[in-house]
Amino acid sequence: MTAASAEPSREPIVSVRDLQVRFQTSDRRATVKAVDGVNFDVRRGETFGIIGESGSGKTTIGRALVFLLKPSAGAILHDGTDPLALSRKQFQSHRRDYQIIFQDPNAALNPRMTILASVLEPLELAGIGTKAERERQAREALERVGLPQEFGERYPHQLSGGQKQRVVIARALTLRPKLIVCDEVVAALDMSIRGDVLNLFADLQRDLGLTYVFITHDLAVVSHISERVAVMYLGQFVELGPTEAVSERPLHPYTQALLSAEPRPLPSSMRLEERIVLQGEVPSPIDPPTGCRFRTRCPHAQPLCAEQAPEWRELKPDHWVACHFADPNFSPDQEPPEETP
Amino acid sequence: MQAGQPGERRSEVARDGARPLMSVRGLGIRFKTSQGIWQATRKIDFDIAPGERVGIVGESGCGKTITGLSILRLLPGNFAGLDGKIIFDGTDLASCGARQMRSIRGKRIAMIFQEPMSALDPVFTVGHQIAETLRVHTSISYEEARAKTLEMLRRVGIASPERRIDDYPHQLSGGMRQRVMIAAALICGPQLLIADEPTTALDVTVQAQILELLRDISETSQTALMLITHDLGVVAETCTRMITMYAGEVIEDASVDEALVRPLHPYTSGLLRSLPHLSPRHGRLPSIPGRVPSIAEMPNGCRFRARCAHATKGCEAEQALQDAGGGRKVRCWRFAELNLPGALHPPETSVAARVAAQ
Repeated sequence: MTAASAEPSREPIVSVRDLQVRFQTSDRRATVKAVDGVNFDVRRGETFGIIGESGSGKTTIGRALVFLLKPSAGAILHDGTDPLALSRKQFQSHRRDYQIIFQDPNAALNPRMTILASVLEPLELAGIGTKAERERQAREALERVGLPQEFGERYPHQLSGGQKQRVVIARALTLRPKLIVCDEVVAALDMSIRGDVLNLFADLQRDLGLTYVFITHDLAVVSHISERVAVMYLGQFVELGPTEAVSERPLHPYTQALLSAEPRPLPSSMRLEERIVLQGEVPSPIDPPTGCRFRTRCPHAQPLCAEQAPEWRELKPDHWVACHFADPNFSPDQEPPEETP
Repeated sequence: MQAGQPGERRSEVARDGARPLMSVRGLGIRFKTSQGIWQATRKIDFDIAPGERVGIVGESGCGKTITGLSILRLLPGNFAGLDGKIIFDGTDLASCGARQMRSIRGKRIAMIFQEPMSALDPVFTVGHQIAETLRVHTSISYEEARAKTLEMLRRVGIASPERRIDDYPHQLSGGMRQRVMIAAALICGPQLLIADEPTTALDVTVQAQILELLRDISETSQTALMLITHDLGVVAETCTRMITMYAGEVIEDASVDEALVRPLHPYTSGLLRSLPHLSPRHGRLPSIPGRVPSIAEMPNGCRFRARCAHATKGCEAEQALQDAGGGRKVRCWRFAELNLPGALHPPETSVAARVAAQ
């Protein structure tokens, strides 16, 4: 496998157009719009972060990106092709390139299979090479994630949480994917080993030219690892831009509140004096507010926000936002701008 | 250091002046397992002053939750024994009778947990469950209890409490349930509130609301807060003092500001350094090598030494929680010679520096 260039290109590996994913509630009387009209590109070789609170639809997007869920409307293109247009057989080999890793390695590993057997399984299903070649590849993958040889013969319960997550990563790597969706992959790990696993992701990206979609509720994690980050609220993107811009000069009031609400491990003299504490909680995605979905909790909401959904616009180069009143000159140490529609 | 901080000053006064509200000495808890008796925690020493907000920090399995539970003697079935003393306002909770413990539990010391849904009974209204605490501990009429419950629901920030008081837990959101738990915990006006990961299951915007509520209640009613968490950010925002635990022991005890800026124990320093907030973006995150020793095979001497970059031969000796001056304590014999980085290292690239520069 050849190493890709360090700089992510602008060429998209995934294009998402007006993606919608709807679920029926169990009594079939209502529809949950888990993802409701999302547009973005993931560029080859980058780490694309998606942050949002529970119920925002971030996990649904992740699952849809690798076609574990079928979009209700809209399109997801992998490298310019629509995987849903492929034949069943083509689709099966196509999806090897797009892998997903979940939060809980305990749920992802079969407790009755050895580590090596777990890592071998995708290769066997794909029918790659001979038995000896598959085993060599699986052992290589384990070595690549920093697990010693003898771990192959062990069972999941003999490993720590961090080691188990490494096994899951190794398994995703066996089929040499182009893109990995990482859904809350460090949330279940203790602080002292989170760093190790995040470093491993960075190393693998550099060595293998991988593209990541990193889904998390943890702002510190996402801003550490991602080149670009999208902020999700109630099934829609409210902001998307370069990580530095989004985390230091956020344009959307929700992003501003999210950043301000994050508890920071800083001494009292360095913590922000004023924080934006949002009132209430996220409304139900069954019956979202009209117009702007954030308006029920937004400190700057105006009558217009109830009437009209804000347009998804590129307010600054490469920096998108959905807010009627977003101000390109906003900086967090200033007073919020005057709002007159 | 920022001696001018109001929170800092209050904590200093409380520590040096008043008699502690609770004094834990030599606390250890043992459990029966199929592989014999396991010592979950040992030699736990700390004080909490009246109205003080103390964070107990550590990773999973360090013994922080069991320490909180043992104060209320809410111990699991395989509990095998408890050593040491827990002196609460003159009474030793480790040895007092069950009857006396019941009169303290819920009334003078209350506790809230991570998952409010499993702490609330789904078949009773929230009003009933809050008033129940009051009716158990005081002889109060139904009407009075209801009136006090309403007032408490309002106090914890529940909108239209008249309507919510007759709701069942499933009708409330996660944040509201945690508010109900806080209301039930505070209804008898406890002197100490133990909160075990109270915001871990909540979203960050709701977490901010609940932390603000806890801070506010502790300040206005002088309720001491013992906040058990793995999140150093939560401690920094809420508490004035931070007690760090590792492998069943207290390894550092200092004001939050001191512990963050200049940690004395290599583990505290390692934890701080591993936080992504404090590292340059896209840079390598420092981490602590190895893993926490298993409870079944605790090493002798310093329990952190196998993972510690500063370990020497002297670390094989048993480590005592020693006075480090200025009200700080640390379980590391080398603390004076080590100059360990804290949350502000490396200053030029950290979030801290960027925030400070603004």
